[in-house]
Formats: sequence, C-alpha cells, structure tokens
Amino acid sequence: MERIVTRAGIWFAIMLLAVMAAAAAQDSGFAAHMFIVAIAALIGLWMTISKPDYSAIARGILRMPDDPSRYDDDPVRWGVIATVFWGIAGFAAGLFIALQLAYPLLNLEPYLNFGRLRPLHTSAVIFAFGGNVLIATSFYVVQRTCRARLAFPALARFVFWGYQLFIVLAATGYLMGITESREYAEPEWYVDLWLTIVWVAYAAVFIGTIVKRSEPHIYVANWFYLAFILTIAMLHIVNNLSMPVSLLGSKSYSAFAGVQDALTQWWYGHNAVGFFLTAGFLAMMYYFVPKQAERPIYSYRLSIIHFWALIFLYIWAGPHHLHYTALPDWAQTLGMVFSIMLWMPSWGGMINGLMTLNGAWDKVRTDPIMRMLIMSVAFYGMSTFEGPMLSIKSVNSLSHYTDWTIGHVHSGALGWNGMISFAAVYFLVPRLWGRERLYSLRMVNWHFWLATVGIVFYAASMWVAGITQGLMWREYGADGYLVNSFVETVAALHPMYLLRAFGGVLYLGGAVIMVINVWATVLGKLREETPMQTAAYDPAADRPLVPATSN
Amino acid sequence: MIEHSLYDFLRHLADSWVLLAMFIVFLVLAAWPFRPGARERNNKAANMIFEDKNDG
Repeated sequence: MERIVTRAGIWFAIMLLAVMAAAAAQDSGFAAHMFIVAIAALIGLWMTISKPDYSAIARGILRMPDDPSRYDDDPVRWGVIATVFWGIAGFAAGLFIALQLAYPLLNLEPYLNFGRLRPLHTSAVIFAFGGNVLIATSFYVVQRTCRARLAFPALARFVFWGYQLFIVLAATGYLMGITESREYAEPEWYVDLWLTIVWVAYAAVFIGTIVKRSEPHIYVANWFYLAFILTIAMLHIVNNLSMPVSLLGSKSYSAFAGVQDALTQWWYGHNAVGFFLTAGFLAMMYYFVPKQAERPIYSYRLSIIHFWALIFLYIWAGPHHLHYTALPDWAQTLGMVFSIMLWMPSWGGMINGLMTLNGAWDKVRTDPIMRMLIMSVAFYGMSTFEGPMLSIKSVNSLSHYTDWTIGHVHSGALGWNGMISFAAVYFLVPRLWGRERLYSLRMVNWHFWLATVGIVFYAASMWVAGITQGLMWREYGADGYLVNSFVETVAALHPMYLLRAFGGVLYLGGAVIMVINVWATVLGKLREETPMQTAAYDPAADRPLVPATSN
Repeated sequence: MIEHSLYDFLRHLADSWVLLAMFIVFLVLAAWPFRPGARERNNKAANMIFEDKNDG
C-alpha cells in the first residue's frame, strides 16, 4: 500500500510539474508538449491507483500467452506491435510527401507542409519503425543467446513506454514547427534529454542481461547490438549539445557554429546510418538469417572481422556529406577514403549472410521469409556499393543535392532495413504468441513481391531523376550562362516523381498485407492454403537419361 | 623550442602515434579469431544459437 502511495505521489508530482510548465511556457509548442507529458503522467497515475492487473488486460487485448517461456517476452511483443504500427504511419507519411512533390497542392499549410512532414517521415521510419524493431529484437536475441531473462524487467518496460513518448513528442513537435533543423536529430533540447534517459536505461537493461548470462560466449549479434547502443548514445549526446533560450521554451541554439557545426551534424548523421541502420540491423542479420536457414553463419571469423572493420572505419566517413563545402579539403578527402574502404567490410558481411545459404539455396524458392532475408542482404550489398561510389568527390559533384541521394537512401532503407525488419516480424510473431505458424505464408510472398517491385520503381526513378537534375544544373551554354532555370529541372522530374510515388504505393500495400497477416496470426487464425512448395516429385522421371552400366 | 598550441600538439599526436596504435589494435582484433586453436571455439559459437529448444 505504501508503495502504491509513493508511486502515485511521484506520478502526481510529474503531472503537476508538467501542468505548471505548460502554464508558464514561453511558446505554444512547449505548452502543448508539457500537456502531452501531463497526459502521459495522468495515465501512469491512473494505472497505479486503479491497480488493475494491466498485464492481464494487455494479454487479453493482445492475445498474449501467459509467458510460459523462461524468457521475459512481453516487451518484445509490445515492440513487435509498435513496429508494425509505426511502420504503417511512417510509410504513409512517406507516400504523402512523395505525392506533395508531384502535386504541390497537397501542401496543407501550416501543419502538413513538406518541410514539417519530411522529418516526421524520416523519424517515423528510422526511429519509430526501426528503433522499435531494434529494441524488440535486441531484447529477444540477447535473452536467447545469453540464456538469461532480461535484467531489470521494470526498466525494460520503462524503455518501451519512454521510447514511445519520445516518438510522440518528436512527431508532434515537427508538426508544430519545433525543430533544431539537424537532419535525423530534429527534436529540441528537452526531448533530447528525455531520449538520453531512455537510452541509458536501454543500455542498462541490455548490458545487465549480458552480464548475468549463463552462456560463456557472447554471440556476435550481441556485439553489433552493443556497438549500436553505445555509439548512438555518444552520437546523440555530442550532436545535441545546445543551449536552450529558456528552460520553459522549446528553442535552443547549438553549442557549435559554422563548419564545426556542420561536421558534428554529419559525423552524427552518417553514423546514425552506420550504427543505427547498419550495426543494429546487422545484429538482426547475424541472428535471424542463421535461425531461419537452420544452419550456422557461413564464417564466424568473417563476422568478427566484419564487426571490427565496420567499427573502426564507419566513424570517419561522415565528411563525405560535406564535399565542396567550407570543410577543409583534407577532411573531405579523409571522409571519401574511409567511405571507399568501408566497401570491404560491408561486402564481407553481405557475403557472410548470403553464403550461409551455401548448399541450401532451395530455401529461397520454398521459404518466403528466407527470400525476404536474402533480398534484404542483397540490398545491403547494393546500397553499400552505391554509397562508397557516391562518396567519390567527382561522382558527388554530379549526385550531391539531387534525388540520386534519396534513391540511394531508400534502396538501403526500404531494401535492407525494411525487408529484414519484416522478416524478423514474421519470424517472431508465431513464436512470441505460441502459434503453430503464420496465418498465411502466401501473404508473406505477396508482401515480398509488392515491396521488391516498389523498391525497383523507387530506386530506378530516382536514379533517372537524380542524374537528370545533376546534368541540367551543370549545363552551360556557349555564352557561359547556365542553360536551365531551377524550375525547369523541377518540371522535368514530374514523371519520375509519379513513378516514385507509385513505388511507394506498392511498398505501403505490402506493409498493409503484413498488418493483416500479423493481426490474424495474433488472433490465432490459420489460413487454409496450398503450401508454397509445389515442385512435384515424379520418381519415374527422376533417373539419369543414360542408364548406368556395370563397368 | 617553439611553443605549440594544445590543439597543435593533440592534432599531431592523433595523426602519428595514436593512428599507429589504433591500427595495431585493429590488426590484433581482426587476427584474434585466427589464432591457433580458435577454430573449434568459432564453430561452437556459430552453433550455439541452435542448442536450446526453448530458443524459438
């Protein structure tokens, strides 16, 4: 009883402070955010006082099994559902802004214009969709590979809900125009502080579980997860060093100025790609590809080299975002050289993932989840080839600021990150909910093809658009004047923008099929369908053309 | 002796001895799984995710 009173008191104090902060706020955005915090505290207060067995309620709504396993899987189940939810939100936002570029009429001022929705889209897919799948799978994998239950179960739940609050604050902030204008790090100072707290708690849960492991070896997937967690903490803290104008206002100014600020931002920005979208997702690859293929990783040694080479090289690649700027020339060249060297560990990792299927390539034909994983690793290879190529200064002089960059990012994000996340969700849902199998494997197949064709439309149209743009911008006439005005280049890209949006429709359509499939699996339904493996066996025909002779 | 700034000192330290030290650390870490007798440990580590029935 005393504990309930203490807890309720803490929630009430937080709520009261938030309401007071909202009342004294310097700007309406900060007030709205403090109001959201107060509502979150109110929900926490209600949960504490009414003392319902909310884990039982959640089990009822989400049809979760009564946790019969030796592992703590409730936060993983919530994380999988959050992944699917934020995925749809992020993909839909992406499709909408793609259509805005094709039809500027769709810019609904002021809340839904392109400038505000674009960071909403990037953060929703990277941090909400990607972050949730990383947190969920890391909690799943670390328990299995350490053969230990999650350390600090209460803290693990705080990580999940705290991270969702971060997402809500970030997203609503963008719509209200609250931004630090730093790419992939747009949230303002107080949201950054909140994420720091949540992230330290996440690191504590993850490292705590590793510390109490009963398996002597730390499996390589955990190395990648750990690199992801620690590096993101470092990047987030350094890049967001800033001074708020008022402790009750949403505006802050960066601790750095000029080119130092730009370099800090792209040191962060590129390593968000390197350690969030690469190291974290490679951890998923090193667990889910061998598990789904039911055979060990091709070379464990190669995975160790992959790890150390990635860690030592990635951190220096950021300056390639600042070619031909005020950044000193040597720093630009350094970034370029390290980006090109990164090709080697990336392809080493790709080969390691693909060759895991050595001798079992039939699984790509018979198992749609395996096919998704392999397509994902193939896209990892393709985008880590394209990336070093684009980082070469002479290529960059054509590609920079054009849609080629956007195409490159999406072949990585939709192909590599998206596909491996979908495969992980399909792998996890039947296991987490104790179902015999997924509702439908054929729907996974549909999802695979819709997503793949969607990416082809996206990447191909952006290649054409980017090169068109780059060539039109640099075209000089005989008299030394630029031939094209900017608006002419925009008009030239209109058909490409339509094709890109069409690719987005296909990709979103595939994700909607995933929602139906996951939902039905959670409800315990099994679709009656013909199995995927249909290659018939005819013993009469299965013999050598020339009969074997005795000599 | 000319008095150099702290920046200058750190910068030259970083692109000489620290660079060399990091390179050596990297080589040792990359070579570590190839040390004699590591093959068995690597195989065991690669297969440990299949050992437990409860692992899903």
